[in-house]
Amino acid sequence: MAQINVGDTAFMLVAAALVLLMTPGLALFYAGMVRSKNALSTTMHSVFSMGLTSILWAVVGYTIAFGPAEGGLGKFIGGFGKLGLAGVVRGTSGVEGHLIPESVFAMYQGMFAIITVGLITGAIAERMKFKAYVLFAGLWALLVYSPLAHWVWGGGWLGNFEGSLGALDFAGGTVVHIASAAAALACALALGKRRDHGSPALQPHNLPMTLLGAGILWFGWFGFNAGSSLAADGVAGSAFMVTHLAAAAGMLGWLAIEWLQHGKPTTLGAASGAVAGLVAITPAAGFVDAMPGIFIGLAAGVLCYYGVKIKNRFGFDDALDVVGIHGVGGTTGAILTGVFASTAVNAAGRDGLLAGNAAQLVPQFVGVLATIAFSFTMSFIILKLIDAVVGLRVSDEEEDAGLDLSDHAETAYVS
Amino acid sequence: MKKIEAIVKPFKLDDVKRALQEIGVKGLTVTEVKGFGRQKGHTEIYRGAEYEVDFVPTTQIEIVLEDELVDTAVETIVEAGRTGKIGDGKIFVMPVEEVIRIRTGEKGSDAI
Repeated sequence: MAQINVGDTAFMLVAAALVLLMTPGLALFYAGMVRSKNALSTTMHSVFSMGLTSILWAVVGYTIAFGPAEGGLGKFIGGFGKLGLAGVVRGTSGVEGHLIPESVFAMYQGMFAIITVGLITGAIAERMKFKAYVLFAGLWALLVYSPLAHWVWGGGWLGNFEGSLGALDFAGGTVVHIASAAAALACALALGKRRDHGSPALQPHNLPMTLLGAGILWFGWFGFNAGSSLAADGVAGSAFMVTHLAAAAGMLGWLAIEWLQHGKPTTLGAASGAVAGLVAITPAAGFVDAMPGIFIGLAAGVLCYYGVKIKNRFGFDDALDVVGIHGVGGTTGAILTGVFASTAVNAAGRDGLLAGNAAQLVPQFVGVLATIAFSFTMSFIILKLIDAVVGLRVSDEEEDAGLDLSDHAETAYVS
Repeated sequence: MKKIEAIVKPFKLDDVKRALQEIGVKGLTVTEVKGFGRQKGHTEIYRGAEYEVDFVPTTQIEIVLEDELVDTAVETIVEAGRTGKIGDGKIFVMPVEEVIRIRTGEKGSDAI
């Protein structure tokens, strides 16, 4: 193995573990917001992704995403030379002087795939058959996530590479957040509303659990964003900094609006605002300075507060607001990256509007639109196929009894 | 023999229990319930959506006693449970057909 950088490798090992921790964190975040009869089902959606997505990533996802971007199809999917992580145990990744073992890189990226699948499940809560979810998760990870990761990070047509469009997405505003939100929208439309949609019975059963989950997500996000520097360097430092500031600003922004509109600030609002800020800073993390980071977080906190109302306006049941937070937040962040990006922060990045390069907004917009179009369309097709084969939704009786019992023969809280 | 079902405010439960024990009540059963009478519910907020929740969590006490003790027990519960504000609760008195102690098989007054 070529000479690896010990500090970078140590950091990336930890970062990968932090990103994995975000998935059980997400499980807690989501589970607390559903009814107790669906607590385990909701948890299982995220936890199961840790199993399925991991294996699929190793077998074929990684090579689709990060296989060589050569040849006619190279701008769309990677070569199949790394099937089954072939050669990864001997390889290195990264730039000269900052090489890390390819195994670390491959696993780090795999953790992103795991949580992206998990994010989508906010829209399917309390009514999707587990069997259908298993099929959806597997197909989506391979047919949507992996190609998208290739387009943006693996040398594909969209990302910041020689001969590509030059969209900036540091840690996954498009690949993770917009993609999962578009898929979530497809799911919500394909599944239909929960039977008790609109009734006061639909209340979070354990908000302390949700808040704990939000805290774990915030913590893990440092691995998600700072780790996307793939090195323990200045950009990791600036990414860490703006990630934290955006979370804080997002929380305050949401709370401010909530306090004004309803007269009371809520803990769920605090958690949601922080997550919104974190989502929005994800594409921008390694490209922007501190004050822009605060602005991005604040903007997300406010815009996502209104974003969660979209589902009411259009009448779809995005149970846990994937569209309102990850869709609106990811888009906000992607566009504002085009505004605030600066090579003074990251020489390997690009300048945005305020640094004198308004043209950067174009690839940012294209990235957003292409991601929405690709993820939504593919997700919808996959869902329709699954519906034809096994059916998407549980029966009315199963939905009423709760999916913990119906799908898993378990009760979360035995009294 | 009579059964008393008393709905009292949860934070008053201890006072009522102690007062009942002082007049010689040997046992009681407590259930956490929810309900509403004239006491208004409350509004809850969930991500920008407001919900009216009518039900208020409250406490139900059940005791079975000899007929002679009922009036005193009712007065005791009223005094110990009253705050003077809406939502103090209600007491219901109903006849009991039979009482049996499981351990010994005793019936009637011996089982109370």
